Amino acid sequence: MERQAVNRAKEAFLSGRTRPLEFRLQQLHALQRMITEKETEICTSLKQDINRSQYDTPLLELIGIENEISLAIEKLTQWAAPRQVDRNILTVSDEVYVQPEPLGVVLIIGAWNYPWAVTLQPLVGAIAAGNAAVVKPSELSEYSSLLLRALLPRYLDKDLYPVVTGGVSETQELLRLRFDHIFYTGSSTVGKVVMEAAARHLTPVTLELGGKSPCYIDKNCDIRIACRRITWGKFVNCGQTCIAPDYILCEPCIQGRVVECIRQTLLEFYGADPKCSPDYGRIINQRHFSRIMSLMEGYTPVIGGQTDASQRYIAPTVLKDVPPHSRLMQEEIFGPLLPIVAVSDMDDAIRFVNEREKPLALYIFCSDKKATKKMIEETTSGGVTVNDVMMHYTLSSLPFGGVGQSGMGCYHGKHTFDQLSHQRACLIRSLGMESVNLSRYPPQDRRRARRARMALKSPMIDLSKRTFVWAVSATIIAFGLLVTLLVILLIASGLNCTCWYWRGWYY
Amino acid sequence: MVNENEEQILKALHQDLAKPKFEAILSELVILTNELHYAISNLRSWMQPEYVSKSLATRFDDCFVQREPLGVVLIIAPWNYPLQLLLLPLVGAIAAGNCAVIKPSEISLATENLMAELIPRYLSQDCYAVVRGGPEETKALLENRFDHIFYTGSQSVARSILQAASVHLTPVTLELGGKCPGFIYGHVNIVAAARRLVWAKFFNAGQSCVAPDYLLCTRATQDTLVPALRQALEDFYGTNPQTCPDLSRIVSPRHWTRLMNLLGRSKGKVVVGGESNEEDKYIAPTVLVDVTEDDALMEEEIFGPILPIITVESLEKGIEFINCREKPLALYVFSDESSVINMVLEKTSSGGFVSNDGIIHMSLPGLPFGGVGGSGWGSYHGRWGFETFSHRKACMLRGWALERLNGLRYPPYRDDKLGWLRWTCVIDSN
Repeated sequence: MERQAVNRAKEAFLSGRTRPLEFRLQQLHALQRMITEKETEICTSLKQDINRSQYDTPLLELIGIENEISLAIEKLTQWAAPRQVDRNILTVSDEVYVQPEPLGVVLIIGAWNYPWAVTLQPLVGAIAAGNAAVVKPSELSEYSSLLLRALLPRYLDKDLYPVVTGGVSETQELLRLRFDHIFYTGSSTVGKVVMEAAARHLTPVTLELGGKSPCYIDKNCDIRIACRRITWGKFVNCGQTCIAPDYILCEPCIQGRVVECIRQTLLEFYGADPKCSPDYGRIINQRHFSRIMSLMEGYTPVIGGQTDASQRYIAPTVLKDVPPHSRLMQEEIFGPLLPIVAVSDMDDAIRFVNEREKPLALYIFCSDKKATKKMIEETTSGGVTVNDVMMHYTLSSLPFGGVGQSGMGCYHGKHTFDQLSHQRACLIRSLGMESVNLSRYPPQDRRRARRARMALKSPMIDLSKRTFVWAVSATIIAFGLLVTLLVILLIASGLNCTCWYWRGWYY
Repeated sequence: MVNENEEQILKALHQDLAKPKFEAILSELVILTNELHYAISNLRSWMQPEYVSKSLATRFDDCFVQREPLGVVLIIAPWNYPLQLLLLPLVGAIAAGNCAVIKPSEISLATENLMAELIPRYLSQDCYAVVRGGPEETKALLENRFDHIFYTGSQSVARSILQAASVHLTPVTLELGGKCPGFIYGHVNIVAAARRLVWAKFFNAGQSCVAPDYLLCTRATQDTLVPALRQALEDFYGTNPQTCPDLSRIVSPRHWTRLMNLLGRSKGKVVVGGESNEEDKYIAPTVLVDVTEDDALMEEEIFGPILPIITVESLEKGIEFINCREKPLALYVFSDESSVINMVLEKTSSGGFVSNDGIIHMSLPGLPFGGVGGSGWGSYHGRWGFETFSHRKACMLRGWALERLNGLRYPPYRDDKLGWLRWTCVIDSN
């Protein structure tokens, strides 16, 4: 069944109907309509999957998708246009440019924590780039995945963008087939399996994985605001966010204050009993609930710790003085547990971060610009937000992706378009001017060789529009200055003829 | 290193491939020094943080992309352009701030030896190591963890490299090959086209990943093309190409045998060339006609001085022929009619595309050099090389002010907050 859907998508792509920009824009408009018209149904499905509050859904998923679609619609012509490049003397009269082209059929494998955002945002880029796409939402977010399967064919081209639902075996079946690109969001473990399957067909992949995103709080910053921002980022979606601050690093002297500020913020956000707050989520399923519970074993939290297995509820929980080698610090938590690890200073924090796998995100709370710059330069991560959390995800002009174990490739905005396109190098020459080519042909002699060498070594000529405009303006200004100079010189040398003329006129 | 040791480098290349001095200078030394100059002149600007357009919510923040090194990269090079394909990626890797482990091909032995001797003399021995050996050593090398693997070579080896990379989630760049079609159609200056084709095809005795592998044209064109090719070959290499100093040789006896085997099994008719000499590893520039699509020469990438011509009835049939196969590394179209060129450009896909010439697109550092689909993944040359070996870190530096604006996103949630939030998240177009 998966094979049939993929073959149909392939044939639909080969028919060429995704090539014209009008078609792509029409599909994007249709997707936009789907999000707007079906917002209530989407919110309901998320409530059923993960107890997501009806405000969190637009905030965390729908606004992002809408922005991506609007941006793509507005900029598509610009993105899909040929891009000029520098050329040298040999090619100065030729057309030299890079043409973005569709890859073919893209496989998008979604995750369960933000099932709409992580499937539809890549889909926007895939459509904009002119590809067909097979969408495989996560079976763990069951209601969302079934709703997507029902809705997408009603708005988009049925053959080009099929939705394939199912579990592990259906995904494995899909991965046996050949795609032109695979876009996967999920865990590193499965990421390796996806990449290995892709290796068989030499398929390029984009992997948006996860890891433990560290959050460093400097002792000389506004701890109150820092903790409020961190608390929001950590406990939204019940901690089940790939870029949630996984753990806190701070000096022991501020640990107490950090705990107090978080406690106060939690009270403001969710009230005395978060279980009763409509704004607090739940764990996706029993397996993850048990996994997170087992991470807490042996530790006494300073905040929270209450659980209710029947609802898969875990209270917002904070643990302090967590040892670096504990299980809590070995794997990505992906839940509402916030460990605080003590470090002696910023250099110690930098060392701590660098000893571990490159994270998807790094958070630094510090008022000293120089120190912040140092930490950014001495560490590496997918992205960095300073004095806040997760916000770099919201700006589509920034490439969003990991490095090392946290992923490869990036997306959002134009980056998705570029990721799912082939940048084809084009050189359009004519068969005239053959005499110029003579120096590169055999039989070779010293003179020819020297000429060819010189031609190839010529400096690059930038024929871009900006340089052209600059050159023209500079010429006009220079000319204007020259004329002004001439006029001044003429006046200075005594414009007797004209002065006499005017004097005559007045008399 | 390149300037001071030019003589030695040319000697090694001649030893490995009988590479004529002119070809070696152009395709190995000049292209490398160009790349180096380009990187040196532009590196500072490439390394600058790239500021991006912002939304209302991030209006007062510092939002930029910072390029960072990946770490330790592995560069595996092939034997056909042993210097260029080893050092050009290295330029990108060094420019991006990485350390590198370089693995030259053991088949081009003289160059491998020379690189192992020269590189530690000029570059930092801690940062850049040369590893020598064959398939066994490469396999062992791949068990280690790298931050990026850059491989130039064949599809079959690429699969095992990608498998090895997936164990550590290592990103890769694969510069592979395939059969690059040369399509001649419509009204065309056949003499000029033939000269350019001959130059592109028989450069390095056809052992280039971007050499036009086979030609497609109508029967009528073929009748004028073959004499033009014959004439061009005579102009370039004389009546006895074996004595011409400007023609390379096949790299090894094994490859010579492979090519002779293909030629032997082919059902096409040899119209030019066909001579060979095993001891000299020589194969004359050879052109065949009456080649069908299931011929032996169409089974795999030829990678030698053998040029089959396949006739097609029309432009559409030619495009269909190309599209039935793997996406090639390069696609060449020869025609004076821009409508023909545009049609092929629009209806096909390839790593690169050149009209009315061959190979030359590789010499422009402004163009990304790489394949698509079966011909490769990723690209390099110029800034593209720098980007390949860098990580683009997204940075957002916020302040402590405007906490009230942030309040829109905090629980407890209310309807009106959402309206405001929607408004602040829209990005300003650039």
